[in-house]
Order: sequence, then structure tokens, then C-alpha cells
Amino acid sequence: MTEPTSDSGKPLRKRSTTRARTVRGYADLTGEVESRIVEQIGEQHARLASRLSEVGAIIVVASGKGGVGKSAVTANLAVALAARGARVGAVDADLNGPSLGKMLGLLGSPLEDRPDGIVPAVGVAGVRGISTDLLIEEGVPLRWKGPGHDQFVWQGVTEAVALREFISDVVWGPIDYLIIDIPPGTDKIGRFLDLVSEVGPSHLQPDQVLLVTIPSEVAGAVVARSATQLLEGGVPCIGLIGNMAGYTKPGEDDLLPLFTGPSAGEIADAVGLELWSEIPFDPVLSSRTDRGDPVGAEGDSIVAQVFTDLARRVEHGPGGREEKK
Amino acid sequence: MSFSDRDLPGDGTITALFRCGACDREMAMLTNPMETQLVTSLGVEIGGRTVPEQPLQQTRSRLDTPRDDAFADEEASSGGDEGSTSVIPAPEHEFVRIRVTWSPEATDRLGGVPKFVRGMVKRIYTDYAQEKQIEIITPDVMDRARTELGLEGM
Repeated sequence: MTEPTSDSGKPLRKRSTTRARTVRGYADLTGEVESRIVEQIGEQHARLASRLSEVGAIIVVASGKGGVGKSAVTANLAVALAARGARVGAVDADLNGPSLGKMLGLLGSPLEDRPDGIVPAVGVAGVRGISTDLLIEEGVPLRWKGPGHDQFVWQGVTEAVALREFISDVVWGPIDYLIIDIPPGTDKIGRFLDLVSEVGPSHLQPDQVLLVTIPSEVAGAVVARSATQLLEGGVPCIGLIGNMAGYTKPGEDDLLPLFTGPSAGEIADAVGLELWSEIPFDPVLSSRTDRGDPVGAEGDSIVAQVFTDLARRVEHGPGGREEKK
Repeated sequence: MSFSDRDLPGDGTITALFRCGACDREMAMLTNPMETQLVTSLGVEIGGRTVPEQPLQQTRSRLDTPRDDAFADEEASSGGDEGSTSVIPAPEHEFVRIRVTWSPEATDRLGGVPKFVRGMVKRIYTDYAQEKQIEIITPDVMDRARTELGLEGM
């Protein structure tokens, strides 16, 4: 097979390669570039890195699947950690379906607007938090100003920037844990990994990721996709949390099945993750969390013990307070 | 050709004006609203940032239905009439800080800005006055800042 040539007999492929080499990228521009876009993006990354430098560990709570109780796990874990003396911040990354404002009792605590950042709302057990719950009117969906048509072109970018601002522009102060509640969708997990990985020379990663599932084949399949996304992203520490793992009858300790699907242990084995915790369904946990009073580690109920154990596990995990001692 | 000016006609587009240093001819580039929105969504300022980015600036300036009670009283949190400090001062914008005050007319006009962004907008005007070494912010100064900083959409 002969190589295609131009009229002058020179190989076309070679010419096109040579031309491609002469094309410069935006970052290669020299001289005065008025917009300084690269510098502006660099400043944003620097701000994010600076803020995260005060955070002991980034704990991500995700699933990929909706309706499995990620936010309830986030709220109760945050309160359980705070009850054990940790300084905890929580970011509700579910911009379109916020719930941490209510669950952590953040509503009604106005944010303070300071030149060095936004002072977050303080909720139950002193947990600091930010959520679109606090920023948008009650009962209306999240809407952004902009052209009314073809919003898909820019809406994802806008929300990624909003999430970055939630982390970089909030005065978290020195805290032990920043817990990020990631919305449903494996793409949302990837978006968050992208966001934090670009802020420093060492490609920052979440210290620990808690993947939440329920005993359901469908949930397990989605969680498997999320686990792949995280492992491909190089996240080293992922634990599976089996929520709504069953129920107990009053006065009895035996856990009875709530769903007919595979157990969290079976899902963990299938996905290749370690099972960190199984949380039974408890109407008290559910109702208290919904009204902004998470159980956390309070009392001697089974779920309180589960969250105490989970908090202890996080403390001994990468970036945790006990691990650092 | 070098960048000379930027304008926001108000329909969601950006006009970027370029001028030839040799013959003084000008050429305008007009972006369409979607492209403008996409770039704006990145949180960058076309033509270069003239004042430091404010906390939650993108989120606050873009939310369509913000809560009026989201932020504590801005008078208490923005330092009264004194010029605020910058979030992260850019080295190229270092200047001698002066005391900036607001005229009663400018204060009245600021009162018309929704409370959700008032503290942020006040700091942007104050930073602008600091950079231009303007001691009293008047409605005229606010108009100039709006045009120069492209605050029309805020």
C-alpha cells in the first residue's frame, strides 16, 4: 500500500503531522493575554487547595443509586463523629435535591458573608454545613439565570462551579472531617473526583468513600458501577454501607429481612468491596433525621451502636483522627 | 490587534472589541448567548478580572430564586462604610488602601439590591473604588463600575 501524496509528491500524512505540531493551545499563548483565563482558573484551584489544606480528611458518601439513604447516613455519621469530639463540616453536593439543611438542623441559621468567605450554618452537635437548602426559596426547584433554551449546554458547568464554591468559599476553619454527600448518578462521583484532583500537585483524592446500598439487586448493580468509577479514579479506601439492612421486632435483637434482594454482604462480595456497616431500618432514626435531629451515636439503640461503630471505623481509617495519632 | 474593550449588550451576548495598534482599526467579536453562558459558568471574567472574585460569587449571582433571609444582615457583616479587604488580592492589583465612604444617594441605591447579594455587591463596588483610589462612592461611580466590571447581569 502506497502512502498518499500531494501534487508535489510529498506525503500528505507527514505534512498534516507537521501542521498539527504548529498549533498551540491556549496555555501556550505568549504575550499579553487580557482575559488571563488560565490564571483565573489557577486562582480558583489555589483557593480550593488552600481551603482543603485545613481539612483533616475528606469523607465522601455516595451510591450512584437514588433513594438508598445517603443523606441520612451522612447526617447521622456527621453527628456521631461530632459527638465523639471531632470538628465536622458537611457539604450537600445534591444541589437539585438538597436535604442536609433540614436533616442537620441548619435551616434558620443565616450564613455570614465575610471577605474571606462564607461562614457556614451551624447545626446539630455543632456540625457546620452548606446546602442549596439554605440559599433558595422553599418549595421551588433550583433554577439558574441564563438563556431559557438549551440549558444543558451550560447547566452542568454551572453546578460544578457551585460545588467548587461550596467547598472553596466557605470558611470551614480547621476541621477534622469534611463530609460530602454526593447526589445519585455515577457521573456525579466522577465530577467530584475531577474537582478535587486538579487542585494540587499531588492529585488530591477523597480519604475515604462510603458507598451506600440497600439489599436490592438493582441497587447493587448501580453501586458496582460506582465502585468501578472510584477504583478507576484511583480512590484507595472504599467501604460499603448496607442501609435498610432489615428490621427488628420490639424487644428482639434478630434482624429480619426487609427486602428479598441480596444482602449487603453478598453485594460487597460481588463488587469486591469491604462491608463496613449494616444499618437496620429504624422508624425512629428516619423520623428524627427528617426533622433535623439525627440519632447519631446517642442512646443505646441498635442504630446508635451501628453509627458509633461506623464513626470509630472512619476515625481509624485514612485521614481519621485516630489514624493520625 | 489587541483586546480593547468588552460590552454586554444585554441580550446575553458579549461583544469583545479588538484594536489594531498600527492603523487604529477596530474589530468586534460577538459571541452567542449559549457560548457566553458556558464561559461565564466557569466563573471566569472575560477581558480579565478587575476586582477579586467574591465568596460564592457565581452561585449567588446566578441563582434565580434566592432566599432573602439566607445571609445575616450585611451591615453587620460587611464592615459598615469602610472598604472591605479583598478575598485573595491579586499581586498586579496591589494599591495603597484608602478609606472609602458611601454617599447617601449611593447608599439608597445599594438598598435596592436584593439582600441575598447586597454584601457581595457592596464589596465589589468598594474594591473598585479602592483600585481607582476613589474616596466617595456616588451613583455615578456605581454606574462606571457597573459598565467597567460588567455587573449588568448581576
